[in-house]
This record gives sequence, C-alpha cells and structure tokens, in this order.
Amino acid sequence: MTDAITTRPPATGQSGIAAQVAARLERARTTCTAIPPASDDLPGLDLATGYEVQRLHRAQAGPLVGWKLGVTSRAKQMQVGVHEPIRGFLATEHVLDIGEPLQTRQHIQPRCEPEIVLIMGSDLAGPHVSASDVLAATAAVAVGIEVLDSRYQDYRFTMPDVVADNASASRFVIGTPVPVAGIDLRLVGVVLEHRGEVFGTASGAASLGHPAAAVAWLVRSLALEGEGLRAGEIILSGGLTAAVPVGPGDVVVATIDRLGSLELACQ
Amino acid sequence: MPITDVPGKARALYDARQDRKPIEPFTDEDASLTMADAYAVQAELTRLLLADGDRIVGYKVGLTSKPMQRMVGVDTPDYGPVLGSTVYRNGDAVSLGAFIQPKIEAEIVFVLGERLRGPGVSVTDAHRAIAGIAASVEIVDSRFADWRIKLADTISDLASNGAVAVSSQLVPLAGLDTRLIGMTLSRNGELVDTGAGAAALGDPLAVVAWLANTLGEHGVALEPGHLVMTGALHAAVPMTAGDVFRADFDRLGPVTVRVVE
Repeated sequence: MTDAITTRPPATGQSGIAAQVAARLERARTTCTAIPPASDDLPGLDLATGYEVQRLHRAQAGPLVGWKLGVTSRAKQMQVGVHEPIRGFLATEHVLDIGEPLQTRQHIQPRCEPEIVLIMGSDLAGPHVSASDVLAATAAVAVGIEVLDSRYQDYRFTMPDVVADNASASRFVIGTPVPVAGIDLRLVGVVLEHRGEVFGTASGAASLGHPAAAVAWLVRSLALEGEGLRAGEIILSGGLTAAVPVGPGDVVVATIDRLGSLELACQ
Repeated sequence: MPITDVPGKARALYDARQDRKPIEPFTDEDASLTMADAYAVQAELTRLLLADGDRIVGYKVGLTSKPMQRMVGVDTPDYGPVLGSTVYRNGDAVSLGAFIQPKIEAEIVFVLGERLRGPGVSVTDAHRAIAGIAASVEIVDSRFADWRIKLADTISDLASNGAVAVSSQLVPLAGLDTRLIGMTLSRNGELVDTGAGAAALGDPLAVVAWLANTLGEHGVALEPGHLVMTGALHAAVPMTAGDVFRADFDRLGPVTVRVVE
C-alpha cells in the first residue's frame, strides 16, 4: 500500500513546502494556537501538496481507524468554487468515547456537526467504486458528531490549506451502530441541537446527494494513491448541517431518524 | 397619498393581487404599524376575497424557523388563511402568471380530523385532533415590492401566502416522530436543499398548537378538514418557468409541481 506513495515522490520544491506546512500545523496543534493560512506566504501550495502534508501527519499519528469527508455539500462547494469534496484520515487520537466530554481547552476553535457514520464490513478499493458498492460493503451505520478544529485563524483557508490541515479533523464520537438494510440514508431526518435549541436540520442527502455517494468518492480518491478502505474502518461521510461553534458548558445533541441520538458535553 | 385606514390597506392589497402589481410596504409610511393592526388588515382582505366566492380551507404558519424570525426581527411565528382557489394537487402545473414574485418552500402539512379551539391547546391535544400528515410545498408570494417586508407587512398580506400543493397521500400520525421527518427538495432533478421537521418551531406539531391557541384569541377554531401548513424546512427558492420542483419527505412520499409561464 505504501509503495504507491514512495514511488511517487513530489518535486523537491513541493516536498520542501509540504514539510514546512506540516511543521507549522504540528506546532499549531501542540501549542493550541491558530496560524495564518499557509497559502498566504506559500502560493505554491496546491491540492497534491496538501495531501502530501496529510501523509506526513499520518506517518506521525496513531493507528488509522478510518476516514472523513469534507466539503460535501453543494452549497459549500459553490461557496469555495470547487466541485469535489476533500478527505482526511482518522486515527486513535481523534476518538472520543460515548459519554466522554470534549475538553474544549485542548482545541483552538472547536465546532460540531452531525454526520452519518458508515462502518465497513469488508475491504473496498478501486477507481470505479459506486454508491451501491459502498452500501454492499457497509456493515452498519451510526449517528456521529464530528468536532472540527481548524488550525487556521478564523477558519480562513484555501482548499489546499484545509487538505493539509487534515480537513480540520479533531475529534469524533459515534453512537450505537444499526444495520443499514432498509434505511434510505438520503431521506433520514437530521437535527442538531445546541444548548437545548435546534441549531440546524437536514436530511442525509445533504452530503453529496447520498452519504454512500460521498464514501464512493472517498474510495475512488484513495485508489489514486493505491489505497482503499479496510473492514472495520469508520467513515464520517460529511457534515449535514452547518457546524456549531462550542465552548465550555455547551451540550450538543445530534439525532438522525432510524439511527438514534448522540449527546456531547463540552468542558 | 398614504393609506392609513384598515379598509384602504386591505383594498390596496386586494388590487395588487388582481393587477399582479406590487405596492410599497405599509411600514415605509408608518413604522409603528402593530401586529394587531396588521391582522385587522388581513381579516378585511380575507373578507374581500371570500366575498368573491373563495373559502378558507386551512391556515399557513410562517416565520417558524429561527433564521427567518431573525431576518424579520421577531421571536414569534405569524399566520394567514389558505384559500381554496390556491390549492394545487401533486403533479399540477403552476402558472407564474398567478403570482408576482413567487418562491417555493417544502413543508409538512397536517389535516385536522377534529375541531381544535384554543386557548389551552397542548401538543398532545393537537396530536389527537389531527387526521393525518402529508407532503406539501407552499408557494410564497409578496404583494410588496421586492419582498421588502417587515412583520406588519407580511401579516397584512396573508402571511405572504401564494398557493399550496398537497400530496393526496395522507399518512396517519401514530408512531411518527414529526421532528425527524427528513426532506430533500430538488429542481429539475438536482438537489437544492434538505431539512427535517424540527426546523418548524422545533416540532411541526407545536406549530398546530401555537396556531390553535393564537386563533383562539380571536374566537376562531380549526375545523375538521382544515390544512395546517407548518412552515418551511429550508430557505425559500425562486421559481422559473420550466422548473420541476420535487419535495421528497421520508415516510410521507413526494410532492411535485411543474412551473409554467
């Protein structure tokens, strides 16, 4: 799997940029301090270099537990002028257990969003994978809350910036998995509550028309790197409402019809 | 010449509806216009329309979402009558010529099975009085230029109601969590927006209770067969001739309208 990465070395200049950006982001994470977007003074930072930064970060992170998607809503894509989502990796350090509070002080500017989570039942790879292939390979689905935390000041970034920042991944918690059979993930209602009030609503279609279509894009994107999904991996299929900023004392509840409800307390 | 009296305002709106020509917002002339003034104009306008042979088949509730309330600067919904002449069926063609500046919104609609009269109506009372729930879209329209409306304007203008299209598939409420009914709105096959029932006052059932209690203050009851349009689950979308809009609701099914010149 890693062969594909090592046999495809980026140009020396790009590799230098990737290392530089990776170091800045690492410092931002460890010191919990936002930085200006890397693209401000490194205009050579492109999407491929952004993913190279992600690979450098991944090599330093704990064991891989899955993947996440970003920029999966059409509105968001039009807003930033792109027509594709982005992906990030999830490692053990990103996991919050059910009932475990979010320590907001370990974050720069945390935001929460509700997501449909797919848990893979079998390996899935290839450049032509479709949404129905994804559903066939899915063991179960669950409601999830993703905690985003951009390492860039005020969430101001270009697409290569945010890819380099692992798609703003920070923490995630998932509810009890349920079988996907018989559930139309496109139409399930989604409600995000914050401090006891409705903050946003959606249906599953908010992620690229269907969460499984978003995951199919992820698999095809990974195939370009010679990678794929493994059985047991957890996939956050994309934020379904706007993300709500959270601080100490906040409680966030994500409810998805047929999948259940999940609460996250912030300290 | 400012229109200050209730009959004059109602007549101005009546004429704007007939001529399809928008008028300047009442609040331009008189920013102190109250909600009570506005409901008086609405009642007078409704009387004029009923005198033409129309009838009230239900009510729409507007401003049921936080973002909409914030936009108008209020913390309460508003309501207006739904007139029989403006009800379309699933699949119908809707002519732009019937409106001034129409937009479409996907909404959950309830059909009353029993009389419901406030005050004191709880969500449980509302639940018991409802015969069923269905997929619907509301076509909102403003008789005021460029939708430049304040609360008193939209209330006077039948809460900016233009028309409704309702699915014929009436689904029983039992066992449904109306907060969690998911919805996708597409235009010509392309996803436009999504939402869920909770976007309407936290729960569409709470909208029915609010309406029954508010109408009760004026001595009006919801009658068996009345429609209650519970408010948009997403931001309103402008309509163009040739558009086919489809609002698909989980557990309720779809409702489609075709937009023609």
